[in-house]
Amino acid sequence: MATTYKKIASVTVGSGGASSIDFSSVPSTYTDLVIKVSARDTTANGEFYLRFNSSTTNYSDRWLYGTGTAASSTTNTKLDFFLASSGYTANTFGNTEIYVPNYTSSNYKSVSGDSVQENNATASYTLLEAGLWSDTAAITSVNLIPAGGTFAQYSTATLYGIKNS
Amino acid sequence: MTTAIEVNCATGEVIERPLTAEELAQREVDAAAYAAAEAEREAAGAAALAAKESANAKLAALGLTAEEIAALSK
Repeated sequence: MATTYKKIASVTVGSGGASSIDFSSVPSTYTDLVIKVSARDTTANGEFYLRFNSSTTNYSDRWLYGTGTAASSTTNTKLDFFLASSGYTANTFGNTEIYVPNYTSSNYKSVSGDSVQENNATASYTLLEAGLWSDTAAITSVNLIPAGGTFAQYSTATLYGIKNS
Repeated sequence: MTTAIEVNCATGEVIERPLTAEELAQREVDAAAYAAAEAEREAAGAAALAAKESANAKLAALGLTAEEIAALSK
């Protein structure tokens, strides 16, 4: 059976924290990418942004999310996902999985993902997201950036490549 | 801490480097955008909760029991 799901690279944040995690020189030999993130922030900020090729423009997404007491939806001009902020239960992490099909194509890049926070309290978000990067460039780098905060120690990010055969 | 972790997927090399001036500036923009979005979500959540409580109060005033009101939202 062909190996269709392969780990490309993985990062665990050290004791100093990190203001971004960047996967550069992403090989073009796969059809799709999967990014798995387990993260906590050292600040009160509870999101991180996904960017490609260090570009800060042409992103959009639709969120369907729950807060623990209500469900809602919203649109954003970014690709953002949840992590556990510093106010959340100690030693818990938010978890996210992101799928990026056809990342080397010359079409706009679609993104889908799910994201949850863990918190022993009423408020804790869960999210389904559909996103788009309106850019025709092949994705050669993946950038994970806390929304003004800092990834805490033991946060992890892993990039996988998917082949169709 | 304002350090970036870079993983070169071709070589496996991992480096830690300080953020550039441009990245630091973007970090400020990101923080402001997050604060605005979070405030908007909290306001929307509070408004939805207030509307729900108001609706429940009006239904109770019409004579519905708590069980009947709860059944309407299932």
